[in-house]
Amino acid sequence: MTTKLFGEPVQRREDERLITGRGRYLDDLGANALAAAFVRSPHAHARIREIDVSGALDVEGLVAIYTWEDLPGLLAEPLPLLIPHPALTHGRTGHALARDVVRHVGEPVVMVVAADRYLAEDACALIEVDYEILKPVVGVEEAAQAVNLVHEDVPGNIGAHLVQEVPSASGQSAREAIEAAPHTLAFRLDIERSASMPLEGKGVYARWDSDDQSLRVYSSTQTSTSVRMAIAAKLGLPLPKVEVIAPDVGGGFGVKIVHPWPEEVLVPWAARQLGREIKWTEDRREHFISSSHERAQVHYVRVGFDDAGRVLGLDVNILHDHGAYTPYGIIVPIITSTQLVGPYKLGAYRVEFSSIYTNTVQVTPYRGAGRPQAVFCMERTMDRIAAHLGLDRTEVRAANFIQPDEFPFDQGMTFQDGRPLIYDSGDYPESLRMLKEIIGWDSFPAMKAEAAAEGRIIGIGIGCYVEGTGVGPYEGGHVQITSDGRVHVSTGLTSQGQGHETVFAQIAATELGVPIEKVSVVTGDTRRFGYAVGTFASRAAVMSGNAIALACRKVREKALRVAADALEADPRDLEITDGVVHVAGAPSASIPLATVAVLSNPLRYSFDQETQRATQFASPAPADRPPVAEGEEPGMEGKDYYSPVRSTFASGMHAAIVETDPLTAEIRILRYAVVHDCGKLINPMIVEGQIHGGVGQGVGGALYEKMVYDEHGQLLNASFMDFLMPYATEVPRIETAHLETPSPLNPLGVKGAGEAGVIPVSAVIAAAIEDAEGITIDKMPISPPELWELRRSR
Amino acid sequence: MNHAITLTVNGVVREASVPARRLLSDCLRHDLGLTGTHVGCEHGVCGACTVLLDGEPVRSCLTFAVTADGHEITTVEGLAGDDGLSPVQRAFTECHGLQCGFCTPGFLCTVTAFLRETPAPTEEEVLEAVSGNLCRCTGYQNIIKAVHRAAEIQAEEAR
Amino acid sequence: MKPPPFDYHRPASLGEALDALAEAGGHGKVLAGGQSLIPLLNMRLAAPGHLVDINRLTELDTIAADASGVRVGALARHAAVERSASAKAAQPLLAQALRLVAHPVIRNRGTVVGSLVHADPSAEMPAVLALLGGSVRLARRGAEREVAATDFFVGPLESALLPGELAVSAFFPALPGRSGTAFCEVARRHGDYAMAGVAAAVTLDEDFRIAAAKVACVSVGPVPVVVDVSQVCGTRPVASVDWDAVAGAVQDTIEPEDDIHATAEYRRHLTGVLVTRALREAAHDAAQDAARAAGEGQA
Repeated sequence: MTTKLFGEPVQRREDERLITGRGRYLDDLGANALAAAFVRSPHAHARIREIDVSGALDVEGLVAIYTWEDLPGLLAEPLPLLIPHPALTHGRTGHALARDVVRHVGEPVVMVVAADRYLAEDACALIEVDYEILKPVVGVEEAAQAVNLVHEDVPGNIGAHLVQEVPSASGQSAREAIEAAPHTLAFRLDIERSASMPLEGKGVYARWDSDDQSLRVYSSTQTSTSVRMAIAAKLGLPLPKVEVIAPDVGGGFGVKIVHPWPEEVLVPWAARQLGREIKWTEDRREHFISSSHERAQVHYVRVGFDDAGRVLGLDVNILHDHGAYTPYGIIVPIITSTQLVGPYKLGAYRVEFSSIYTNTVQVTPYRGAGRPQAVFCMERTMDRIAAHLGLDRTEVRAANFIQPDEFPFDQGMTFQDGRPLIYDSGDYPESLRMLKEIIGWDSFPAMKAEAAAEGRIIGIGIGCYVEGTGVGPYEGGHVQITSDGRVHVSTGLTSQGQGHETVFAQIAATELGVPIEKVSVVTGDTRRFGYAVGTFASRAAVMSGNAIALACRKVREKALRVAADALEADPRDLEITDGVVHVAGAPSASIPLATVAVLSNPLRYSFDQETQRATQFASPAPADRPPVAEGEEPGMEGKDYYSPVRSTFASGMHAAIVETDPLTAEIRILRYAVVHDCGKLINPMIVEGQIHGGVGQGVGGALYEKMVYDEHGQLLNASFMDFLMPYATEVPRIETAHLETPSPLNPLGVKGAGEAGVIPVSAVIAAAIEDAEGITIDKMPISPPELWELRRSR
Repeated sequence: MNHAITLTVNGVVREASVPARRLLSDCLRHDLGLTGTHVGCEHGVCGACTVLLDGEPVRSCLTFAVTADGHEITTVEGLAGDDGLSPVQRAFTECHGLQCGFCTPGFLCTVTAFLRETPAPTEEEVLEAVSGNLCRCTGYQNIIKAVHRAAEIQAEEAR
Repeated sequence: MKPPPFDYHRPASLGEALDALAEAGGHGKVLAGGQSLIPLLNMRLAAPGHLVDINRLTELDTIAADASGVRVGALARHAAVERSASAKAAQPLLAQALRLVAHPVIRNRGTVVGSLVHADPSAEMPAVLALLGGSVRLARRGAEREVAATDFFVGPLESALLPGELAVSAFFPALPGRSGTAFCEVARRHGDYAMAGVAAAVTLDEDFRIAAAKVACVSVGPVPVVVDVSQVCGTRPVASVDWDAVAGAVQDTIEPEDDIHATAEYRRHLTGVLVTRALREAAHDAAQDAARAAGEGQA
């Protein structure tokens, strides 16, 4: 049996509990907890005049009602601005419960605690809030005109404004380069609002132990360690008295990285206040109107290029709609700005964005996090250049590619992690070659002509992206081998369904030479690991994966040292196979890791036969040295951290063939192909699954999903009936191929894979529809009625 | 006012006292402790809460527990037999048909009933069968694959 | 999203059900499949004081088909009607439309009569009933009335059902020989309410010319819009019908509105496309029916 599991399509270890109903998601916990529910603002912009709770007081099972005025100390202060940035001159965050003014429909105003959720909702329905309606600000362009203000003290509704300039090699600015270019184009591109929309909403369950004066909180979060710090700070508790655990999380896709959500501090506070267990499980309506959205941006593009289609200068101005608040800073428009350049070597680049407040749900990263918009901009630009010059669209891209021998390639900007935007590795020409072959790019014109002869309309599109993955600052891993030979791995980073228990076990089993069955993995539990950042930005495999590998290497080194002592061998001659340490080439001279673990921990007391071997009379240390040697620690465990100098850059290219109905303008994806490079694959089955899922969401973003606000700031489609997430019938079969250019930046050579699938889909589908129809597509998503309208106005 | 109801859940007779408005999904999860059935939308669109009512897949969030009184219910907890995981469960693991696993119980129940009626389905039949269940993680490709694989396993084991 | 409280009644007979409804009056609501009602309750968009659960009334779980048509009882689920061979034989349009109603799992629970009473102008069942000139039988304590489809659908989500009444069955008439039907629709996603949809019925004469043609359109008015297009089609073979004129006639009759999924203009356009498509399919179906009848006549 091999223990070489890295790179194998190992079946998932989390599946058994999830397919038998034994998963533990947030609402599966706390069977005896009280339920919380919220009165949320029905208005997009209003001043709270009065809250009358008297009608609710007689509701059977009511336990407590809280408004902002009940909140003590820091809890009454605005929620934290998690990622400040010098350009975010007017950052604003909401309160846990609204104070004075509500700024979007769905903002929490009153918290109700009752015996169960039914009763809590009954009470909510009886609470009357008197509002003075203020003028709502809806739509990023309307907001930019600043006729009305979202925040009285934010002039122009502008939260942030940032310009990044990368001059050409000869020192020319982008604008100068465009002026001087043989060809120039200018156009506008729009992407509408969507959302992560995990199938499990958010949720918080808290229990206060008054004997122990400690708090345990479960949250459906992408970052338990940081939720813990936020709760300790807001509630004024000593950090060691707060434990936060992310149980099984039913998807996150970004929305659960934001923290603390109002409920994440209110539920623990009320639990302590009341001395009762309290649980809040977000329902779908709440999720639509109070959990983050993303994507909405308007882009004004100017580009100058030469006869070969090489971009000499690119100037992009972005209006970013960040909704009512900026708890997550300006990460999304920063990512759009910096990742826009893609796999290309541009002559000169200038990007400017204004981040604008509107009376809508706040905007924070959703899988892809600004990149789908970036790629839409760049790839639509490439297609326009090709159309303008009459060149093949892939030729124009190839003319601009960074070449494999040019890495590391410095794009001259500052990335979302505050580090320089330097690509570490990749092979874009090879990706393109593979993709063209899979999709049959060169034979497509014949196929199109054939279809046309049958009265059918088809088109092909392509999109390329580069994705900075594995952002810092760090993650850690802890590995312990116990005297039963089991390997316990933990990392503070949480999981949201990506298969971390499996891939981290693969890494540990490979590093330690143990059967994977011996390895167990715990993620996102602050009782096991206190220092972490979280799961987002395609960083888990890179960050925790490498941290766990490094921790394993420490443990392995110690195990070999201890085993070498016992076997009277040189550690350098030792290997570990199947959980047994042996001398290379002499398998009889061996000792199980379990025994090594026993020997590593000198004992006074023993509880079983195995550990008797380590007791003081059974195994006395030499008289001249302490039982635990200087610089050593008892036990077979190790902890290490991985903190990269900067992100590692994955890449990929997608292509699609679409068919549009000549009469109804229905859009069908006939084929969808992906070439994907995330460095070394730890588990190809899981990577493939990530790509499928990303593309599925991308198809949603390209053809189905958008948040529709009316002019009053009411979300018109806050249900699964009307927010059209694709079903199986809407997602095409996805053909995938992998290219592996290992990252030189980390020990495992891996790059992130989680977000990739979603990134270029809108660009690709837009290109394919444009090719099919001969109509410029500059706004996504697109629906059959919209395509039909474009046809009419042609 | 509470109503005393009796449900046969996964072959076991269970009793509960519930208000009339108690959704079957909440009754299963919170009164009977069978939290394997998940609630994703509570308006009948996502399919995560799908259970078998007298063998037929239904949305448990669109059924009152009182209406189900006296009926048989199978939840995800009841899909595995004495001899281990069902073919559908095994196929979902084998084909990587789940990621976060939240929608999975609904798919498993739906597919179990579907394959009983349609043991050798076509691609189109499979698509139609799962077309009422939302999954936000997998892009469905491996779910479709898993349904075919489950049919295959069932056929192999029936031989 | 939890329903508000209500008083629950679970009658064991139709009589008991009618008594309960009579007592509840305007505060009463019937629970059959619940696939439209319970979402509204969960969102607290409806709050009936009394819910009369008719799921025990097996006497209403009936599908009776004969040469005159199909009578569907109040408790017959979509799926049961969809699968019923006798219903399909008597009125094939039922199965053609039912496969388009939401998703299979919803159809396992939802009822045909419930769909009619819900009277959603975007739904398939009301259009089918309206096209066929069917009726709904409404019972109240001590009385019963049969209401024609034309009178039954009053407005969006509004039927002629009065407080205290229970829709006990619906009748979908069969078509004369040499007839065919079709249901075509375009939805944003498979299983969604259609942006536009058209149910069509065509009857051919002995010479395979169009004798009668009628459509019912969904999502383009407050109630299903039925248009008799026999005149516009003219008594001529299918191949020589001026389909643009037929589509135009229907497009002139409908009153679509904008919503977040489609503009009124697109719905109008789509309806035109689907009118042609559905009528041609129905005519094709009718021709086969006629040929079959001719074959049987010879045998």
